[in-house]
Amino acid sequence: MLWIPAALGLALVALPIIGLISRVDPARLPEELTSPAALDALWLSVRTSAAATGLCLLLGLPLAVCLARVPRTRLLRAVVLLPMVMPPVVGGLALLYLLGRNGLLGQWLYLGFGLRVPFTAVAVVLAQAFVALPFLVISVEGALRTLGDQYERTAATLGAPPGWTFRRVTVPLLTPALGSGLLLTFARALGEFGATIVFAGSVQGRTRTLPLEIYLRRESDVGAATALSLLLIVVALVVVLIARPRGRM
Amino acid sequence: MRNVRIALVVVLLLVLGACGTRSGSSGPTGGERTATLTVFAAASLRESFQELERRFEQENPGVDVLLNLGGSADLAQQISEGAPADVFASADEATMGAAIHARGSAPDHPVEPFATNALTIAVPEGNPKKISSLADLAAPGMTVVLCAPQVPCGKLARRLLSAAGVSIEAASEENDVTSVRDKVAIGEADAGLVYKSDVRAEAARLDAVDFPEASLVVNKYPIAVLREARDPAMAGRFVSMVKGPVGQEILRSHGFQTP
Repeated sequence: MLWIPAALGLALVALPIIGLISRVDPARLPEELTSPAALDALWLSVRTSAAATGLCLLLGLPLAVCLARVPRTRLLRAVVLLPMVMPPVVGGLALLYLLGRNGLLGQWLYLGFGLRVPFTAVAVVLAQAFVALPFLVISVEGALRTLGDQYERTAATLGAPPGWTFRRVTVPLLTPALGSGLLLTFARALGEFGATIVFAGSVQGRTRTLPLEIYLRRESDVGAATALSLLLIVVALVVVLIARPRGRM
Repeated sequence: MRNVRIALVVVLLLVLGACGTRSGSSGPTGGERTATLTVFAAASLRESFQELERRFEQENPGVDVLLNLGGSADLAQQISEGAPADVFASADEATMGAAIHARGSAPDHPVEPFATNALTIAVPEGNPKKISSLADLAAPGMTVVLCAPQVPCGKLARRLLSAAGVSIEAASEENDVTSVRDKVAIGEADAGLVYKSDVRAEAARLDAVDFPEASLVVNKYPIAVLREARDPAMAGRFVSMVKGPVGQEILRSHGFQTP
């Protein structure tokens, strides 16, 4: 009997996508998908999402380990998960108020080094990392809690230094969770819109990622936007299919 | 203990949900409203149409005006896809054309412009970069934000810039004029091309730098009673108010120009 709600769940996700695909005009696909604006947007999206995912891994993995292993970090954990519950546009505003020209940190960077963060590709990466980090942290932290720390403790009693333990015990145990976590992170970064447009702005080739390009096209040409949406779906599918989680999942 | 906490959160969410305001205003009298008039209006009409909404509700007790504001192209698309709208006021004739083409306008209610909006240069208060003309926007190191060419304010901006022979590399091309205005208002951009009405709405944080070329090309705002309006007569009364002395005065006070 479980199959009934399961089927409904699948339908909830699959049917709108099928609806979208049904509206695509195949005759327009080749010219829309190969237009300079679309290609620029695609390439920018892939580059920035990859960079953002890398950043999330570098920062998120240690963060998750600390949150899982250090006692009394419930409040910190709640803070880390905030970007998940904030509307992305609000996240973008927050980034602007921090790193913008008049921002808390931004004004230092600007007045001291002439560095300007908004309206650059770096801002795109930051916006994507901001919204996607919680996904990585949640995936890894959940797995860490389930695993418990007995393996690390065993390694320690056998004389292993903490760095070695982390590299040779903790990380290999986390590979499945890390795999699916990174996938979620990349997917979230790829689809990011609100924080990007508010913080990084929108200029072809520099900050206009594929979601921004799609949203912009709908203003004047819904058919083109639909075709580009198909592109985004295909890219997402390819990533998910390639990065099948290894291990017993 | 955990169950109690969960229960408390659920109760809190329900209470917050129940406290949510109904869309549209219920006015200070909070009287019983029996008819709704759904008005789709371009985002740049926010302040003026909110005032018109109040006036219309005062003069027509029992009517609740539901204002749906947004980018004109978005609204036109919603209308094309069947969203229930009685009146549509858009920021340019192209988007109105798209909506009418899809759903039609009510007979006996011609679609006509009710206001025009000219562009101006918005700068942060005090005009820190001392901008005085369109040409100043092209100065090196100037951070300028524009509307994207696909939206009405962007098309207008590009026409004006090319008419004036000025070429700018924008730091960002936004999807709507409010975003342009906001980026200037918080000081992230040195200047932006927005409607005169937009600077009026953010007078505390923005100054306007007018330029002579602005009157060369303006956006005409048309208003229409849609064919599927539930009560075309009432919708017509709203449109008449907008086009009549009351509406025109309100629009002028918010920075629009009247035909």
